[in-house]
Amino acid sequence: MAKRIDVNNLNVYYSSFLAVEDVSLAIEPKSVTAFIGPSGCGKSTFLRTLNRMHEVIPGARVEGEVLMDGVNLYDSAVDPVAVRRHVGMVFQRPNPFPTMSIAENVLAGVKLNNTRISRSDAEDMVESSLRGANLWEEVKDRLGKPGSSLSGGQQQRLCIARAIAIKPDVLLMDEPCSALDPISTLAIEDLIQELKNDYTIVIVTHNMQQAARVSDKTAFFNIAGTGKPGKLIEMNETPVMFSTPSERATEDYISGRFG
Amino acid sequence: MTTTQKHPAVTADATPLTAHTERAANKIFFGLSTTAASLILATLAAVATFLLVEAWPALTDTSGELAAKVSWIKPEDGQSLIELAGYLVFGTVLISTVALLIATPLSVGIALFISHYAPRKLAQGLGYLIDLLAAIPSVVYGLWGAIVVIPVLQPIYEWISTYLGWIPLFAPAEDGTISSTGRVAMSAGIVLAIMIIPIITAVTREVFLQTPKLHEEAALAMGATRWEMVRMAVFPFGRSGMIGATMLGLGRALGETMAVYMILSVGLSYSFGLFNASSHNTIASFIAGQFPEANTQGVSALIALGLALFVITLLVNMLARWIVSRRAEFSGAN
Repeated sequence: MAKRIDVNNLNVYYSSFLAVEDVSLAIEPKSVTAFIGPSGCGKSTFLRTLNRMHEVIPGARVEGEVLMDGVNLYDSAVDPVAVRRHVGMVFQRPNPFPTMSIAENVLAGVKLNNTRISRSDAEDMVESSLRGANLWEEVKDRLGKPGSSLSGGQQQRLCIARAIAIKPDVLLMDEPCSALDPISTLAIEDLIQELKNDYTIVIVTHNMQQAARVSDKTAFFNIAGTGKPGKLIEMNETPVMFSTPSERATEDYISGRFG
Repeated sequence: MTTTQKHPAVTADATPLTAHTERAANKIFFGLSTTAASLILATLAAVATFLLVEAWPALTDTSGELAAKVSWIKPEDGQSLIELAGYLVFGTVLISTVALLIATPLSVGIALFISHYAPRKLAQGLGYLIDLLAAIPSVVYGLWGAIVVIPVLQPIYEWISTYLGWIPLFAPAEDGTISSTGRVAMSAGIVLAIMIIPIITAVTREVFLQTPKLHEEAALAMGATRWEMVRMAVFPFGRSGMIGATMLGLGRALGETMAVYMILSVGLSYSFGLFNASSHNTIASFIAGQFPEANTQGVSALIALGLALFVITLLVNMLARWIVSRRAEFSGAN
C-alpha cells in the first residue's frame, strides 16, 4: 500500500497534438501532492496518465516512463486494467452509478476484483469504506437508496468510498471539490488529511488556498499559449511554493498577477 | 467579453414591465405542442372506437348465427369466433416471441459493437447499413424469405428435429415428420427477426451512445474491463431504452402481414411445434387473407380479430411500462 511514483520525461499526446511536454517529477508515498495551474495547462491530462485513463480517449498516447515503486506502468507487459485497480480515481463531478444503491456503489469495484464475497464481508466492507470516507453516519439508514439521492458533497464522498473500497496504492483526485459548496469542500479536505495516513494522494485543484491547506508538495503547471504544450514549471514543498517560489511565473500565478 | 456585447440598446428602464415580446411565440409553441399531444390521444381513441363499433355486431352475435354468415368460421369443427381468435392470438404471440428472442440479443450485440467496440469509420458504415435495412419493404423480406431463406433452413430443421426433438418446440408432428417445405412458424419467426433487427439496433445504438462519459470513466477508473464497463454503466443506463426499442420491434412483428402471409403454410392449432406445417397463423396475416372476399358480417368478425391484436399490443406495452417504472428511482433520470 501507498507506493511512490516517479515520472521520467513524459510527453502526453492527443493524436499528433502534444498536450503536456517533458514532465519529470517524484510523488512521495503517504503524502498529498497538489497540481495547480491555469485551465488548459495539462494538469488533469497529466493526472490521467498516472492510472492510464488518458488512453481511453481515441488517439491519446504517451511517451516516457511512469514508475510505480520501480515498475513502469507503460511497459508493454502491464495491463492498463490492472493499473487502474492499483491507482484509484475521483473525478471532478461526482459520478456514482445512478442505477445502483449506495451500498452497491461502494462494492462496484470490489465485485470486479473478486465476484464472490460473502454477505457479511460485503457489509463490513461497505461500512469500513463509508466510514473511511466520513459518510457512514449520514447514510447508514438508507444504504439501499440510489446513490443519486444524495447531495453533491455526499455523492463525492461516496465516490471516494468506492475508490478506497478496492484498497488502491494511490488515489488520484481531479478537482474533487470544484462542484461542491464550501462546507462539503471542507469535509473532503479533512478526509484527504486522514486518507494521507494510508494512501499516496495526488490532487488537481484550481483553488490555490486548497492546495496550500491540504498538500505537502505542490507542482505548478503552465502553458505558454493556446496550441502550445503544457509544462511543469516547478515543484517544491508547499510552504516554499507559496512563500518563496523560485520561478517568476509561479509567483505571478500564486499572487494573482497571472497573464 | 460581457462588456463588449453589443445588444440593441434596451435598458431595464426603457422596458415596461408589462411588455413581453416573447409571450406570443411562447403561446404559439404551447398551443402547437398541446395540439400535437392531444392528437395522439384522439387518434388512439378513434382507433379504439372504430374497432369496438365495427366489431360489435360480430361480438354480440351468437356463434351459430355468425357462423352461418361467415364462411371461414366452421361450426362443424366445433369452431366459434372466440375459438378462432384463440388460435390466432396463440400463433401471433408464438411467432412474435420467436422473432423477439432471436432479434433482441443480436440487435443489442450489433448496437454495442457499433457504439463501443468498432473503430469509428467501421461503426459509421455499419450504422448506415442498418438504417438501410430498416427501410426495405416487408414484401421484399417476404419474397426473399420464401425463395431464398426457407430452402436453406429446411435441412437444418430436419437436423435439429432429429437430435433435439425431445424439446417440445422442435418436436416433429404426430406422424413423426416435420414440414418438408419449411414454411413453418420458425421460418416466419426468423424472417420477422431479420426484419425487426434494424429497428431495434438503430434505437439501442442511439441509447448506448447517450451513456454519460462520466459513468463509463467511473467504471474504467476502478479497473473494469471494457465488457465490465458495459455491464456496469452502459446496460443499466440504457435499460429502459432497450425495452422501448424491443417494444417497437415487437409492434412491427405483431402487425406484420405480408412476410408472414408469403412464408407461412397456415393452419390452426395450439401446437408449440415450430417445425410443424399447417399449424399456425397470425391475426394480421389471417385478416389480410380473408378481407378481400369477406361479406358484411365477415368484415365485422375480422375487425373483432383486429381488436384482439390491439388488446395484445396494449397489454404488452403496459407490461413494458411497468417493468421500466419498477426501478424508476434507479433510472438515472433523477
